[in-house]
Amino acid sequence: MYVAVKGGEAAIANAHQLLADRRRGDRSLPAISIDQIVAQLGLAVDRVMAEASLYDRELAALAVRQARGDMIEAIFILRAYRTTLPRFGMSVPVDTAKMKIERRISATYKDLPGGQLLGPTFDYTHRLLDPSLLTDEPVAEPLRRTVDESSMMRVSDILAGEGLIESDGHMPEDHVPGDLTREPLEFPLNRDLRLQALARGDEGFLLALAYSTQRGYARTHPFVGEVRIGEVEVELDIPELGFAVSLGPVQVTECQMVNQFQGSAKNPPQFTRGYGLVFGQSERKAMAMSLVDRALRAEEFGEDIVAPAQDEEFVISHSDNVQATGFVEHLKLPHYVDFQAELDLVRRMRAEYDARNGVEKNDPIRDAAE
Amino acid sequence: MDAIKENTGTAVSERKRAMGLLARASTEELQASWLAIEPKPEVHPVRGPETGLVMVRGRVGGGGDPFNLGEATVSRATVRLASGEIGHGQLLGNDREKARLAAIFDALHQRPEHRPAVDQLIDAVESRIQAEDRKHAEQTAATRVDFFTMVRGDN
Repeated sequence: MYVAVKGGEAAIANAHQLLADRRRGDRSLPAISIDQIVAQLGLAVDRVMAEASLYDRELAALAVRQARGDMIEAIFILRAYRTTLPRFGMSVPVDTAKMKIERRISATYKDLPGGQLLGPTFDYTHRLLDPSLLTDEPVAEPLRRTVDESSMMRVSDILAGEGLIESDGHMPEDHVPGDLTREPLEFPLNRDLRLQALARGDEGFLLALAYSTQRGYARTHPFVGEVRIGEVEVELDIPELGFAVSLGPVQVTECQMVNQFQGSAKNPPQFTRGYGLVFGQSERKAMAMSLVDRALRAEEFGEDIVAPAQDEEFVISHSDNVQATGFVEHLKLPHYVDFQAELDLVRRMRAEYDARNGVEKNDPIRDAAE
Repeated sequence: MDAIKENTGTAVSERKRAMGLLARASTEELQASWLAIEPKPEVHPVRGPETGLVMVRGRVGGGGDPFNLGEATVSRATVRLASGEIGHGQLLGNDREKARLAAIFDALHQRPEHRPAVDQLIDAVESRIQAEDRKHAEQTAATRVDFFTMVRGDN
């Protein structure tokens, strides 16, 4: 029998008031502002934008504050907000070759055109806690140096010059890019849809899968051809005008992973590639994405599918942390009736078992849920 | 015929540049320029201002076919001057007032008597952005790695 359960309104209202109090914390401390979160916790904001799949630093910072720093909760809030907005259109594809570079490194070429630019990186720091950050010590202005005007050639284009690397990914003629926010996913997917799913995928999940490929579960012999971080222009076609105009810049991180490939009956020996592109400054995520992108192309290259990272349905079905948290966390919602049914069943089976084994029935503690 | 085409081409590229820079103007820049305009033209809203989404696309492998990377918030507005010119404003983010002002300046840019004031605004925005970009590029350039190779001596 299904019993509707009512009640709890007052408890819920009070719990939310308590949440607001705990979120604010000690009133003798100044409240943190959205501007401060954007400026000083920028990489947290970037992660929320990337995984919510919505580029808006201010709203992402608001979500971080509202979620008390719980990243997945913040991603959830921002994802929910985007469903309230109409869509104006699709941008012209961003041109990462014209990126305003803030960081650009390659592990495959030492002296590449444009050079190795470290930018604001954690690399080569000693990961020692910095006591100067306990207080508000003044920070020196960054140094400057004359800019080398030579163009930042993409590393994949250097290898392409020799014909030793596969070309950029191409879809069949007349292919319309898939959009998982509009159409339910149907496996197998095209690479464009996989990239959309991976770009919003959970960083931790993709990182673990990427790591698994390095440890031998679908080895892909990767090299970082290039990681670049910087701003690209977003342009939108204005139908009334008949041309595209710039809406402003977004910051993205791009990773070109270069992978060894022995060749097959269809393809000559050459380097293959995995691709990562993520909103904001998120190198770890872009690298993980490119490794997983390459692993998921196993079938395309006639490789044996032996590891989780190569299993498209497994990877893409579980990479979205909003879906994942929704299903895991729903378990804490009332399941009183389901559980009552299971309880009755187990009691009956236990009674039959005891009767068969001649165990005397001891006085059961009456179930509190009854 | 060719001369007309060329003119249209120039007009398009000038408007494209102006609209792109208006999208990057700060609220202060837009408001200061608006305050300086006398007499104020009559402006009628046609659409918005409203906030919505644009799906930002990337390219597979960086230069291949397009894929959907994720959305961005965009605010836009369309206005009409009493004299008939239509202006469009569209920019990243939630600032609908900025989108409305950008649309007004796009419309004013089409009026010969207001064009110099709008040009002054967009030129100022352009120099500000160029200065910021230059500063960032120089700061990045200071983090460039200068490799040197240890050569084993012969003696």
